[in-house]
Amino acid sequence: MLSLALETRVGDAVELVLSLDVADGACLALAGPSGAGKTSILRAVAGLLRPRRGSIACGDEVWFNAERGVDVPPEQRRCGYVFQDYALFGHLSVWRNVAYGLDGVPRAQRRAEALALLERFGIGTLADARPAKLSGGERQRVALARALAARPRVLLLDEPLAALDARSAAAAGRELAEVLRELNVPALLVTHDFEEAALLGDEVAVLDAGRIVQRGSAAQLAAAPASGFVADLTGAVVLRGHARRDAEGLTRVALEGGGEVVALAPALGEVAVAVHPWEIALEPAGSAAAGSARNRLAVEVTSVTAIGNRVRIGLAAPQPLAAELTQASVARLRLVPGARAVASWKAAATRVLPR
Amino acid sequence: MSRARGRARGWFPALLVAALALALTFLTLPIVAIFVHSSPAELLDSLGDPSSRDALRLSLVTTTSAIVVIVLVGTPAAYLLETRRFRGRALVVTLVELPLVLPPAVAGIGLLAALGPNGLLGGTLEDAGIQLVLQTAGVVVALIFVAAPFHLRAAQAAFAAVDPRWSEASRTLGAGEARTFARVMVPAALPGLAAGLALAWGRALGEFGATLMFAGSFRGVTQTAPLAIYAEFATDFDGALALSAVLVAVSGALLLSTKLLARDALARA
Repeated sequence: MLSLALETRVGDAVELVLSLDVADGACLALAGPSGAGKTSILRAVAGLLRPRRGSIACGDEVWFNAERGVDVPPEQRRCGYVFQDYALFGHLSVWRNVAYGLDGVPRAQRRAEALALLERFGIGTLADARPAKLSGGERQRVALARALAARPRVLLLDEPLAALDARSAAAAGRELAEVLRELNVPALLVTHDFEEAALLGDEVAVLDAGRIVQRGSAAQLAAAPASGFVADLTGAVVLRGHARRDAEGLTRVALEGGGEVVALAPALGEVAVAVHPWEIALEPAGSAAAGSARNRLAVEVTSVTAIGNRVRIGLAAPQPLAAELTQASVARLRLVPGARAVASWKAAATRVLPR
Repeated sequence: MSRARGRARGWFPALLVAALALALTFLTLPIVAIFVHSSPAELLDSLGDPSSRDALRLSLVTTTSAIVVIVLVGTPAAYLLETRRFRGRALVVTLVELPLVLPPAVAGIGLLAALGPNGLLGGTLEDAGIQLVLQTAGVVVALIFVAAPFHLRAAQAAFAAVDPRWSEASRTLGAGEARTFARVMVPAALPGLAAGLALAWGRALGEFGATLMFAGSFRGVTQTAPLAIYAEFATDFDGALALSAVLVAVSGALLLSTKLLARDALARA
C-alpha cells in the first residue's frame, strides 16, 4: 500500500495539495491536463522532489515525513520509474540498461536475467543494441523492463504512451495493461489522456489545478462526472450556460453565445451541460423537429476525423461540440467542413454539472 | 530572385577570401618554417642532445603529473558545480576560471606570494618539509595552476550535456550518488571530459612564464621543453628547432584528438 499526503508548489502557478493511497497490485491513473502537477507527484514518491509538507509511506515504511524530518533517498525507495522520455542510458547497451538495477544479483547471472525480461517483452534480439537505434515502442519496453528488473516497491509511469505513434501506443497499451495486472505492487500512472487512464488504471483520479477533483472507476467518471472539467476530460461535450426551472418542471439552460438546451435533472444558476458525443444526432439543416429529441441546435461542421470505424465531427454552435457518427451517415449527410446541420439529442441524455 | 546564387560576385566576397588567406598564411608560416628549416634527419639528430632529451623527459613527467591531479580533483569539482545550485555558485565558477585570463607573469608572482618561502603558506609548507620553489614539484604546481581551469570548464560543459533524467533514473534503480557518478555521469560525459583533458595537457605542455618565475630553469630539474627552447635558441638554433618541432607535433595531435572527441560526442548525442 502506497499512501501519501502532500503539499508542494509546482512551478510558479500550481499549488499541489492532495492525499491518496494505492493498494498493492492496484493501479491508480492520475489524469489531468498538462501543467496540473502530475509529474511532480511521481517525483515526490520516487524521492526526486522534496515536498514542502506532508508524508509518503510505502507499506509500514515511512519514506518522507516533513514534520519528523524523514526523507529517504531515491536509491533506498527503489521505485520503478518509467520516465516520459524513458531516460535510457545512451552509453549502455539495452541489456546493460535492464541489468543496471540488478545489483543484488551475482554478476554472472545479470545478463541472463535481463535477457529473460527482454524476451518477455518480445525484444530479446535487441539486447546488444544501443538505445539510440531503437524505435519509440522498443524504447518504451526497455524502460519498462529496466524498471521491473530492479524489483520495485512501487511502479511509477509518466505518460508511458505519449511518446508513441497511435499504432504502437495501442499495442504498448495492451501489453502494459497485462503487466499491470500481474504486478503485485502499487502502481501510479499519470496521463493527460482519459482513454489511456481508463485502459490502464483500476481507478482514475482527476487532477485539476493541483487538487484531486474526483476519484472512481473510469466508467463511474464517464457516467457521473462531478464537474464540467471532469466531463470534458472524459471526452464528453461540455457546454456552459445559465440554468432555470420551467413550468413543465424541466431544467432549461440558456447557453453562453446563444441557444438553449433542456435537461431533466434540476439545476439553477451557472452550470455546465455534458452530453456524450455518441448521443448527438445530426440532421440536414432546416429539417423540422420530427423525433423525440428536445434539444436542437443549428451547427456548422468544423472538422471531420475518422477514429477507427466511427467519425468524430467537430461542430460550432457557437460553443464547440462534437458528434460521433458512422462512416455511412457522414457520407449520406455530406458532412464536410463548412456544411450546416442540426444537432439533436434527448433531454434525458443531457447531464447538468456544476462548473 | 533576379540574381543566381553562384553569380554573386563583388568586392565583399573577394575581401573575405583575402582576409582568410592572410590569416591562414600568417598563422601557419612559423609552423611550416620549423619543419622546412632543417631536414627530418637533422631534427632527429638534434634530439640526441642530452639537454633536449632531459627537457622532453621533464615535460612529459611534469605535465603527466599535473594532468593526473587536475583530472582527479577537477572532475568531481566540476560535477559538483554543474549538478548543484547554491548561493555564490556563479562566483565560484568565475574564481576557478580566473587563471584562464591571468598573465603568466602574474600567475608566477602569485604562486611565489602564496607558496614561496616568504609566501602565505610558505611557513606551513616548510614545517611539512615540502619545497616547491626551484624544484620539479614547483613546475607541477605551476602547470596545475594554469591548466586546471581548461579541464574544469570542459568537464562542467560535458556534465551539463548529460540528460539530467539519467542520473535520476540511476538513483531510482538503486544506485547511490557515488555509483551514479561512476557508472552513468562519467561514462556519459567521457568524450567531453577527454577533450578537456587534452586541452589542459596542451596548455600545460606550452607553459612558460609561470614556470620560469616560480620554479626557475634548471636543466633536468625545472627546465621543461619550452624553457629549454628559450635557453638554447641563442646558442643552438637547430636544437631549439628540433624541440619546437616535437612540441608542434604533440600539440597538434592533442588538438586533433579534442576535435575528434568533440565530434564523437556530438554524433552520440
